[in-house]
Amino acid sequence: MKPRQKRAVYIVLAIAAVGLAVGLVLNALKDNVSLYFTPTQVFNKEAPQDRSFRIGGLVEEGSIRREKDGLTVHFMITDLHQKLPVVYKGILPDLFKEGKGVVAQGKMEADGLMHASEVLAKHDENYMPPEAADALKKAEAANAAAAAASAVAPAAK
Amino acid sequence: MIPELGHFSLIVALCLAIILGVLPILGAARNNSVFMGVARPLAYGQLLFVGLAFAALANAFLSNDFSVLYVAQHSNSQLPGQYRFAAIWGGHEGSLLLWALFLTVWTAAVARFSRHLPEEMVARVLGVMGLISVGFLMFMLFTSSPFERLLPAAADGRDLNPLLQDPGLVIHPPMLYMGYVGFSVAYAFAISALLGGKLDATWARWSRPWTTVAWVFMTIGIALGSGWAYYELGWGGWWFWDPVENASFMPWLLGTALIHSLAVTEKRGAFKSWTVLLAIAAFSLSLLGTFLVRSGVLTSVHSFAADPKRGIFILSFLVLVIGASLLLFAWRAPKVGLGGKFDMLSRESLLLSNNVLLSVAAASVFIGTLYPLFMDALGYGKLSVGPPYFEAVFVPLMIPMVFMMGLGPLARWKKMAVPDLARRVQWGFAGALVLALLLPLVMGKFLSLESNKWSPMIVLGLLMAFWIIASLVISLRQRWRGQGAFMQRVAKQSLSYYGMQLAHLGVALFIIGVTLVKGYETERDVRMNVGDTVMAGGYEFRFNGVTETQGPNYVAGVGHVTVNKDGKLVGELTPEKRQYNVSGMPLTEAAIQTGVFRDLYVSLGEPIPESDGAWAVRVYIKPFIDWIWAGSLLMALGGLLAVSDRRYRIHKKTVSGSQSEGAAS
Repeated sequence: MKPRQKRAVYIVLAIAAVGLAVGLVLNALKDNVSLYFTPTQVFNKEAPQDRSFRIGGLVEEGSIRREKDGLTVHFMITDLHQKLPVVYKGILPDLFKEGKGVVAQGKMEADGLMHASEVLAKHDENYMPPEAADALKKAEAANAAAAAASAVAPAAK
Repeated sequence: MIPELGHFSLIVALCLAIILGVLPILGAARNNSVFMGVARPLAYGQLLFVGLAFAALANAFLSNDFSVLYVAQHSNSQLPGQYRFAAIWGGHEGSLLLWALFLTVWTAAVARFSRHLPEEMVARVLGVMGLISVGFLMFMLFTSSPFERLLPAAADGRDLNPLLQDPGLVIHPPMLYMGYVGFSVAYAFAISALLGGKLDATWARWSRPWTTVAWVFMTIGIALGSGWAYYELGWGGWWFWDPVENASFMPWLLGTALIHSLAVTEKRGAFKSWTVLLAIAAFSLSLLGTFLVRSGVLTSVHSFAADPKRGIFILSFLVLVIGASLLLFAWRAPKVGLGGKFDMLSRESLLLSNNVLLSVAAASVFIGTLYPLFMDALGYGKLSVGPPYFEAVFVPLMIPMVFMMGLGPLARWKKMAVPDLARRVQWGFAGALVLALLLPLVMGKFLSLESNKWSPMIVLGLLMAFWIIASLVISLRQRWRGQGAFMQRVAKQSLSYYGMQLAHLGVALFIIGVTLVKGYETERDVRMNVGDTVMAGGYEFRFNGVTETQGPNYVAGVGHVTVNKDGKLVGELTPEKRQYNVSGMPLTEAAIQTGVFRDLYVSLGEPIPESDGAWAVRVYIKPFIDWIWAGSLLMALGGLLAVSDRRYRIHKKTVSGSQSEGAAS
């Protein structure tokens, strides 16, 4: 092969390799990104029904209930405005506690429960998962806006 | 008083670093030997003062000085001595100090072991490292001093996060940091070569041992971290594609590429620009790793309290380092030239392909790790990228890489005919394939599982591992063949050759471990009453209840689980559920019986309410999992063997012959 042809082969190979890598990455991202929602968003039906997503918030006080098998756990995730019932089968992380931050990943099923495949709790006492903190903040803001709107509405009449 | 002295030492060290970052580089440019001569003493002085600061902080921890804010936040008088010491790097400020300490250690080491290098090269390398040190010391002094006082002093400290009270933590961060910071040496060599305009084989030869040592530390650090996650986090996983794991894995991938690319640059003078670029990228990713971990932008076990000021400082530093290096590269690289020519199939082309694959792998990890950050910053909301993404991208990239990794050591430099290479490897490949196809047929029985499991992924994994081993055997046979005493021929091969093969063998063991543990692991989460038994992978686990014991700074419920196989007692496992006194944090301590072919892993979930002492218990059988760490250890050992090669210690003859001043000293 002449040097020029050789160079052309290299370039074609390099483009093919990069193309393959980009394809792999995009394809994998498409299937494996899970979006994150707050309980209020789920309540407003903004969360997808057919695929897995993440939800963050607090474990509602007094909401943890175990089934007889000792492994299936029901609890509520709340952003202090709306809440979502979750069911999880398995061993929960050490720091999973009522009133503390939590992130769950799972799918909404026909029974109206989120069936979680993974439950994450914060790693130490001083730390709240950003998703959970964000959910509380958003709900707070939304509520404030709603309160303001209802305060304004009668005045407009 | 001592903490103030520590703080003062840091200020002195910063002043020394500023002079180190300016004078020697100026001196090298103007050929002023006085300016260049100050580099070494400054490097030692810097080490002395940062060392003093570190000692001051260590003293504060060991003497329980809770008037120091950082100590009060991360230690407690009940904490055992070794963990009080390890608590130095249990938080943000202290781990930065450890970073800075290691940077000055590396700088002093370069100063000490560079007698044979030309003076202006030493001056530039030490100067560049001084500049990096300026950045880190300023960061510490302005945003995160570990010596800040807490007045009035706390009566006692808040205690170290229980997850971190573990022997693994005593050594994992220092090893990893030695690796992170070690890449600064390769970076400094690359930048000095660009500054000096002399990028030749000698430069590669000088830079090689440093890069390899840094890589060895990093390999051990990552392996330790993975081992720690396996036994401490209680989920039995060994790699989670957690953003912070990725942050250490990206520079490791590029560092691996860099080692191989440096080899080509040294031996054949090729890939020069590419090598320089890799050195810049590997260190930049080390800095990025520090940024990701320290700024608190990511959710992870490792993230400390977030402070936006810190994030902005590191980000600016990162932009400065990357921007300046790339500018310098763009300005100087065209003068560097491309170096030796090589054919389509040659050792060079195989190494280049693997370099590209490793870099693409690092890039794909990069995308997966930072994608959520970008999307959040752009206002698309929060999302997360799960482990399946990384597996889906990483594995297909590694398959051709491993295939070429087998071919590389057998191919000749410069040019190799396809039929020739094919003839050499055909039997090795065929043997590996047959073994990989057949082994899964008996594996189930060997591991006493209920059924044999034969899946394409297992076969593929085994094929890759056996292929590496086959290539190794072929290469050794070629090298050892010949006339005369066998032992003499064995001894004649260079240590760096054996180091390379040992590291490659490590990769093979690693792949075997990953493949078999993924393919054959058994995981059971069960409710167990006292006296209950559960079968897993041919083992019978019997739960004998939980008793309470008192640890040094915690109370623990200790589970008693006896394991039987075919009616014979294999051992008793005692997993713990601890409650730490000070923080009140619970912690699961798994019990593991390790073995060459399998680990038995038991951890306690939670007590089941309204029952008679029943617990949720997690029982795992992990076949071949220890091969993962054995493989990593072999890679590290291979690296050590390679740097102990004679040729790095004999400096009389240099490849290009142009370094006569360097040779004289």
